Amino acid sequence: MPAKSVQESALLPLSRCEEIFEAALAAGHAAGVRDLEALIGASTYALTRFANNTIHQNVADRTGSLSIRALIDGRTARASTNRLDREGIQRVVDQAIAITRLQAPDPELLPLAAAAEYAEPNRYFARTAAVTPDQRAKAVREAIGAMEARRQTAAGIYSTGESALAILNSNGVSAYHAETMAQFSITSLAKDSSGWAKRTACDAEDLNPLELALTAARKAADSAAPHEIAPGRYTVVLEPAAVLDLVGQLFGDFGATALSDERSFLTGRIGEKLFGDNIDISDDFGHALQAGMPFDGEGVPRERVALVTKGVVRNVVYSRQAAKQAGVKPTGHGFPLPNEFGEAPMNIVIAGGETPVEEMIASIERGILVTRLWYIREVDPYQKIMTGMTRDGTFLIEGGRVVHGLKNFRFNQNLIELLSNVEALSPVVRGSGEEAFDMVVPAMKVRDFNFTEVTRF
Amino acid sequence: MKEIAQNALDAAVRRGISYGDVRLEETEERLVSTKNGKIGNVSISVSLGLGIRVLDRGSWGFAATDDLSTAGIEAAAALAVEVARASALAKKSDVVLAPEPKHEAAWTSPVRIDPFSIPVDQNLALLFSIDAELRRNPGVTLAEASLVFTRHRQILASSSGSLIDQTRYTTGAGFAAHSFRDGEIQKRSYPNSFGGQHQLKGYELLEELHLLENAPRIAEEAVALHSADQCPEGRFDLILDSSQLGLQIHESVGHPIELDRVLGTEANYAGMSFLTLDKLNHLQYGSEIVNVVCDARIEHGPGLGTFAFDDEGVAAQSTDIIRDGRFVGYMTSRETASAVQQERSNGTMRADGWSRIPLIRMTNVSLKPGQQTLDEVFGADHAIYMETNKSWSIDDKRYNFQFGCEIGWEIRNGKRTRMLKNPSYSGISTEFWNSCAAISGPEHWTLWGTPNCGKGQPEQVMGTGHGASPSRFRKIKVGSAYAG
Repeated sequence: MPAKSVQESALLPLSRCEEIFEAALAAGHAAGVRDLEALIGASTYALTRFANNTIHQNVADRTGSLSIRALIDGRTARASTNRLDREGIQRVVDQAIAITRLQAPDPELLPLAAAAEYAEPNRYFARTAAVTPDQRAKAVREAIGAMEARRQTAAGIYSTGESALAILNSNGVSAYHAETMAQFSITSLAKDSSGWAKRTACDAEDLNPLELALTAARKAADSAAPHEIAPGRYTVVLEPAAVLDLVGQLFGDFGATALSDERSFLTGRIGEKLFGDNIDISDDFGHALQAGMPFDGEGVPRERVALVTKGVVRNVVYSRQAAKQAGVKPTGHGFPLPNEFGEAPMNIVIAGGETPVEEMIASIERGILVTRLWYIREVDPYQKIMTGMTRDGTFLIEGGRVVHGLKNFRFNQNLIELLSNVEALSPVVRGSGEEAFDMVVPAMKVRDFNFTEVTRF
Repeated sequence: MKEIAQNALDAAVRRGISYGDVRLEETEERLVSTKNGKIGNVSISVSLGLGIRVLDRGSWGFAATDDLSTAGIEAAAALAVEVARASALAKKSDVVLAPEPKHEAAWTSPVRIDPFSIPVDQNLALLFSIDAELRRNPGVTLAEASLVFTRHRQILASSSGSLIDQTRYTTGAGFAAHSFRDGEIQKRSYPNSFGGQHQLKGYELLEELHLLENAPRIAEEAVALHSADQCPEGRFDLILDSSQLGLQIHESVGHPIELDRVLGTEANYAGMSFLTLDKLNHLQYGSEIVNVVCDARIEHGPGLGTFAFDDEGVAAQSTDIIRDGRFVGYMTSRETASAVQQERSNGTMRADGWSRIPLIRMTNVSLKPGQQTLDEVFGADHAIYMETNKSWSIDDKRYNFQFGCEIGWEIRNGKRTRMLKNPSYSGISTEFWNSCAAISGPEHWTLWGTPNCGKGQPEQVMGTGHGASPSRFRKIKVGSAYAG
């Protein structure tokens, strides 16, 4: 059950969720089905998008959803709708029951999760839920003004919103979480260079759009007239967004189901020292810089899990089904059932160090500073080789300082090697990129990073 | 539904806007999948809502809601106008739309067998039989099979008088065999990666794909890859199967020709394009045998990009993109058409459902069939043939790309010889297309569906179509994904 201090969203209070679930249960009982689980959600989302120093897209939406899972004699299936009136509820329950009954029983399917208590970090800020189109437009106008003053062109977004999600089941689970979100992202375009900065926070007050605009503008200015150098292995400084977008590609493999499917690079490697002594990674939903709900897709409380300790892979996360098969306790990382993937850690924290980025740069005789990475895809699932491009601010470091911008590289990098070659870590931030979900990450100094080609800009 | 859409349009127009359109949409989806002899997923979903797009004070506003009560619609209309007026705080010029005739039409995509008429247990029986066939091979460690069906009805009403009722059915089906052995994971998919083939069809697509018949071969190939030689590094003549070539078209032609990217409105996320406006009608994009069209008409085929009208009510069209190797056309919208001196949008605005605003998106961007026979395409002294995409990546202006495929073969004197594992190739888009030496004919041409194209902020996922036939390219860089 939710903690007493749980913060509710007026969009979808817990009492409304309970009403909807009561109606669903009644519809289920009428059809002779007692075991039901409901995921009930609502959100508002607004985004102001700008480019060429003008707002060109400005949108707002409001959505609700009800997803019903029926469980009948070892069979289960899910039906979802956004019609939350009585007729919509009746229909979705009937559909879930109908498609469940068409299956053969699975003797290993577990009963519904049992009631539990949840921690409730405060991630709902009324002032963020109340941000208006005007407020976003004014912040955007100020950021654009900073770019125009530097004869640069701005493109980006400022978005705000709130969401609420409840999981209720006929076995007593009553889990509820509401949170707000604000995000500002900006790209600065100069004649032959660009820069970028992004931040996401639950509280819009934690964003400083003008400061992000100035960071992006400085990167664009500093990378003007980029030089081309030969690809090869270089010592790099990966800023936090580059770390999270690249290293973030590992964590889908840290689930027990991925291991039992033998599709994880950790197959046969649990307990091995795969990475350097300075690599510690946990999944910690309660970390002060994290966001997200304190329970998983079945309503199991999330637990902190130490995934990697001093370079040794110690643990993976477990859904209820995977935990039962392994004879361990579920960690609260399962996806809503039914699904093929099982579970994954969603609140990654990579422990940082004490070396600021400036100090990393000062320690490098010849290397490359990387702002962000782009279009990262898996080349080899077991060696964990990833390919992708640098983007929006790639710089040559010589003699301990940044000397000029570089044309962008393609990399083909083995991530196991990467995390074995980390020479320094910065203090952590809440990193935000485009290729992986937000994480708490440091910047990293990494030797022998493998750039294989150079593009035209 | 038409009455609700009209009421929403009236609510916006009453607020004094200069233009407005409403899309009321209902999407129904069914997903069924199996994994290693068990159900992976059985789920259905329905979503109904509307999006109101308005032009006021020369700027766009958009609001979407699933509250279809009178109060909900009025609130969404008011918010759309409020958002447009806020947009006007940071505008440089007024949005001007290219004219489009008013359309009053109803259209349903051709379907022989309604996929929703087939019971879930019948879907599962098919998938379990494929699953069993794959796992009959003891080297297969993970077998996955899936089906996905959608029915999407849209009512579009605009203040210029259009009222369009469109329904599209899509079906997708495919399977994959994974094999883990000695520290190596290999995978084969059929008929393509990304969940297989996806088309604007009903259940009849499954009859055409011969899924079960191909399962033993796919399982065998997945296991055999462990014993195959590593794909060599170097420059080789490269032959691509039509599905991989479809994705090559998507990434290195389809995205660069999106005019919104060219004009900078995607700079913060999806990126821009090397196809700056000065290149139109001048750039030699490919060799003289390369002809690419962007075609949303049903005459082009049942693609994921086939429709009667786009999401701002412009009729489906066919546009030449590359003619005899020369770059001759972009994909445009009513707002951007004038930037390339077009009097009319070529109809490529599409939205990921009722809650999203339409953007310029690929429809069916296809390489026209060539003149060569398959023997002529494979008729190289020495080449590498690659099949089925495994990894894909391209820079944010769409110059430098790298693709990996699931399987390759060395070609000697026109014949397949040894199997190659982990094949990959890379290059620069225009250099690649200019190296095109042979394109096989229409009998080998397939219109592939790419169901997972991402673009926009908030990100929108769109299905696109890409027709291609097996083709050969000269002296392409091969194998660099594993280099260094």
